[in-house]
Amino acid sequence: MTISLPNALPTTRPTGCPFDPPAELGRLRETEPVARMRYPDGHLGWVVTGHALARQILADPRFSSRGELRHVPIDVDRFKGKALPPVPRGMFIQMDPPEHTHYRRLLTGQFTVRRMNQLIPRIEQIAEEHLDAMARKGPPAELVHDYALAIPSLVICELLGVPYAERAVFHERTKLMLNLERGDEEVMAAFGEIMAYLGELIERKRAEPADDLLSGLVTGGELDHEELVSFALLLLTAGHETTANMLALGAFALLENPDQLKAFTGDPELVEPAVEELLRYLTITHFGLQRIALEDVEIAGIAIAKGECLQLHTPAANRDPAKFPHPDQLDLGRHASGHLAFGHGVHQCLGQQLARVEMRIGYRKLFQRFPTLRLAVPADEVPMRTKMGIYGVHSLPVTWES
Amino acid sequence: MRVEVDTDRCCGAGMCALTAPAVFDQDEQAGTVLLLTPEPVASEFAAVREAAQLCPAAAITVEESS
Ligand code: SF4
Repeated sequence: MTISLPNALPTTRPTGCPFDPPAELGRLRETEPVARMRYPDGHLGWVVTGHALARQILADPRFSSRGELRHVPIDVDRFKGKALPPVPRGMFIQMDPPEHTHYRRLLTGQFTVRRMNQLIPRIEQIAEEHLDAMARKGPPAELVHDYALAIPSLVICELLGVPYAERAVFHERTKLMLNLERGDEEVMAAFGEIMAYLGELIERKRAEPADDLLSGLVTGGELDHEELVSFALLLLTAGHETTANMLALGAFALLENPDQLKAFTGDPELVEPAVEELLRYLTITHFGLQRIALEDVEIAGIAIAKGECLQLHTPAANRDPAKFPHPDQLDLGRHASGHLAFGHGVHQCLGQQLARVEMRIGYRKLFQRFPTLRLAVPADEVPMRTKMGIYGVHSLPVTWES
Repeated sequence: MRVEVDTDRCCGAGMCALTAPAVFDQDEQAGTVLLLTPEPVASEFAAVREAAQLCPAAAITVEESS
């Protein structure tokens, strides 16, 4: 048997193409869309790079999301020689139905298309306030700090009922937790601090419930303390790092594709397809998603044994030419629906409609307000997040004619 | 065309309400799919097919009448 990836999942992006997935994975998709991969802990599993196959596996209940069955796909000191910690109760992204269904159902009503559309005026206001502040200070600006991280953080804080003034606690800790180069002790300490903060926040909500999502969950009485903390952690971390990186990386991608940017600013109708295309093209889940076979399964003529892990590389799958012609071109006019940027199957991102609204407003307002926006450093000096679970830029220095 | 939805399977991702809002909505409380019209007009067919295809939980079935 040939092992196509003998060590681990590659994470480095091709030189000069910061938006493209690792080149090895693109090549693998052409020859072997389901390939053998040796995980760093010795586990012999798989990597899937084809779009149709990844989608099929994500929708198939014979493949599990259970955290305790996983194997870490990337070669990182922090995970070496250690068993994965048990999954906390309520951490439903690492659970299967029916537990997953039970937990997720407590939230689905909060994230409907209609509810998210009701947030539009408030999100527009938040975006405008930050752009005003950028304009007042004058060029240059650092787009991650001044805009991209601020919008989703404020929105998720308001939605959950987390005091925005306390954001430093979770901004810094989640960033550290997502950083693969940090040591285990440091990460566990940050995790402990975040959990302590959230535990205390939930106690505050219990004492003084307000009109927010966390208060609703606390007073709803369906979740105990441990489950509430898991929910708060999930929503808070999923709600800011992801959209923030889409906003900043998307702005970078548009600046690097001036013809696309011109089309975008010239045509208000393009906002919705543009967001889908940026989601497809950038797919910021750096390593993709993981599933584990619960039984022996045959996929595309290949026998997958019970217990084997499959790394579904969604960034590579979203560049599958069989699904998206000329996949390596950013083409805002294309119909990119069906991409896997939010996953697929019962775990498909719960906050995706919120993310869409934030991105539509975020990109539109930014380029409306600063039509001459450009990078303030050469593109190859923009620090990329290659060592983070969520891909993007660490910072994006920009400038404009004032 | 006849459309059916299975609210037990639905995971509330909202792709249906986003893609074919004339045919699908989401329950205010539960967030699960609401079928507004089981027999949509012809101008909605393409959007309904796409919604069924996009639904991550395969909760929408479309029966095309000949
Ligand atoms: S797309 Fe499917 S899972 Fe999502 S709300 Fe509609 S029916 Fe439910």
